[in-house]
Amino acid sequence: MTDEPATSEPPLEVVAEPARPAPPAEAADIPLLRIEAVVKQFGGFRAVDRLSLDIRAGEFFALLGPSGCGKTTLLRMLAGFETPDEGRILLDGWDIAPLLPHERPVNMMFQNYALFPHLSVRDNIAFGLKRAGMAASEIAERVAEMVALVKLEGLEKRKPDQLSGGQKQRVALARALARRPRILLLDEPLAALDKKLRESTQAELMALQRRLGTTFIIVTHDQDEAMTMADRIGVMDRGRLEQVATPRQLYEAPASRWIAEFVGDINLFEGEVASREAGRLVIATREAGSIVVAAPLQPITKDVVAVAIRPEKVKLSRRGPASDDADHAHAINRLEGVVTDVGYLGGTTTYRVQLDSGAVLRSSMANTARIDIDAYSPTHRVVAWFTPDDCLVLEQ
Amino acid sequence: MSARRIFAGPARLAAIAPYLWMALFFLVPFGFVLKISLSQTAVAQPPYLPVFDFTQGLAAIKAAFAALSLDNYRLLVSDNLYVLSYLRSLVVAAVSTAILLLIGYPIAYGMARLPQRWQGIAMMLVIVPFWTSFLIRIYAWINILQHDGLLNQILLALHVVSAPVVWLSTDSAMYLGIVYSYLPFMILPLYATLAKMDPALTEAANDLGASPQATFWLVTFPLSLPGVGAGALLCFIPILGEFVIPDLLAGSDSMMIGQTLWLEFFTNKDWPVAAAVAVVLLVLLVVPLALYDRLQRRQLEAGR
Repeated sequence: MTDEPATSEPPLEVVAEPARPAPPAEAADIPLLRIEAVVKQFGGFRAVDRLSLDIRAGEFFALLGPSGCGKTTLLRMLAGFETPDEGRILLDGWDIAPLLPHERPVNMMFQNYALFPHLSVRDNIAFGLKRAGMAASEIAERVAEMVALVKLEGLEKRKPDQLSGGQKQRVALARALARRPRILLLDEPLAALDKKLRESTQAELMALQRRLGTTFIIVTHDQDEAMTMADRIGVMDRGRLEQVATPRQLYEAPASRWIAEFVGDINLFEGEVASREAGRLVIATREAGSIVVAAPLQPITKDVVAVAIRPEKVKLSRRGPASDDADHAHAINRLEGVVTDVGYLGGTTTYRVQLDSGAVLRSSMANTARIDIDAYSPTHRVVAWFTPDDCLVLEQ
Repeated sequence: MSARRIFAGPARLAAIAPYLWMALFFLVPFGFVLKISLSQTAVAQPPYLPVFDFTQGLAAIKAAFAALSLDNYRLLVSDNLYVLSYLRSLVVAAVSTAILLLIGYPIAYGMARLPQRWQGIAMMLVIVPFWTSFLIRIYAWINILQHDGLLNQILLALHVVSAPVVWLSTDSAMYLGIVYSYLPFMILPLYATLAKMDPALTEAANDLGASPQATFWLVTFPLSLPGVGAGALLCFIPILGEFVIPDLLAGSDSMMIGQTLWLEFFTNKDWPVAAAVAVVLLVLLVVPLALYDRLQRRQLEAGR
């Protein structure tokens, strides 16, 4: 799975795509996949609640959310294992609701791989091709291509239980990609791998996706995984999409307090808007005094808000920042306190600073030098500082 | 580690207990049966010769050994009665097992797909007949199948037939009785294999373009073969030696080997021939058991 130019690949075509009439006239700008107000109920429980989403062709999209948020149910509706109670799912502008799972040009990689234990690696990969009625020679060719793609050469005759976890994962991937699906659905594809293997596999999946140009939709509860791999992330909670954004937007401009807390670490201080000046707001917080923040693009309507600062935006120093620009020195937020905990993580160190008000502020600083004469230890008194632009104002 | 230490302590005792059990209650009795099968029938008590009498000294025992012969086995091969009985037993066991599989598989498959809380109830329904004595249930079938029995009454009342049909003492009645009696032994191992099968496997097959039928034949059925093997053996082996059901429900024109054995033992009082019949039956049963054992061993090795 190297980054070879895409041109070295044979043209992508779908194997078992059912015959269908030409898409409607306005096809030019319709997304590859459109989910329209889809509802799925299990008994009285709404697993998916009027959810709408467009996914573009070639996109690497991640559905991220805590367990039970409905992300797997949504994926299973795309594969055809569940039928929506309301709403439509359109592929290329065509409603795929009447298509059974085996008729959809969509393939899925299952969470525990679901490899057929009685079939060899080769027969597992060839399974979908045989169902599509491909000629034996073509099947052999495609299987060899897939085996090479996921680097499983020499293991073709093994049975799944003679493979390691990482190898099984590759077989599952090759099997799901063999039919050249329009969309590849991945249900927690890396959850069963250990950390090191997970990271290298993430990189391989991304390279593979770029090379094949296939649309990937991945379901995960692991935010690092979603952030690393996806072009866009849809954050789900209680059957609804809370925010659909790029990883950077999601992290730096979360739409709600829930997302801010769900994605990454964050310091939150509740307060009231005390004054508004050009481009700046002053928020009076109970725990951290007055904090100057950059005014958000969308005007704040509520009085009670939360100020959110990511730990890596909070710098520590013994005296406070030395500002080149004396005029703007007042604009930098300074909070004084005592270091209570130091967590050394190798690349970064996290500090917990107990402010004089009693509140705890977390800071995370990169260890850029091997020998850090400036390191802080518990009981050190420090100034924690951050700029107005580093702060987020969240209304809900 | 010395041999004494290997067999010391209660844990070691527990390990050899099954072998002791087998030796005491299988090998030793089998030795008796084997010896009787090599003896000659006699009007005596016990009704065969020679008898080992350890009080008469070594020479008498040597003479007794010399008197043993394979005559009874020669009789089994030469007389059509025995060969036909064995054949009939094999055919009845094979046909019954096939019918049981055809009926039991869909039931087990349906059970495994029920919601979890219904599966326990379905399991109860399969097991509940065991609460009544097997013999009573067979007699109940006689009642249902006889000339003025429940089945004929219903058929007459519905005007399906104009005169009572002979059900009892036919092969159909025997097959009905066998299938009815052995169905749980077929269903339970099949259900056990099907219920533990990962439902994601059938979804994966569906997802890869296999229709529900193709999914069944390409994934579900091959993966349920261990259950099929276990169920088939659990039925085939006891049916092969079945005595009660053919005796009560089938006609008297042809006999299964169990009936022949009973006849030799109780009616003809020919213990040696009866013993020889039993030994040959056991040898016949060892073949499918050994095959199944090899199959399981191979699966265990593949699972490693």
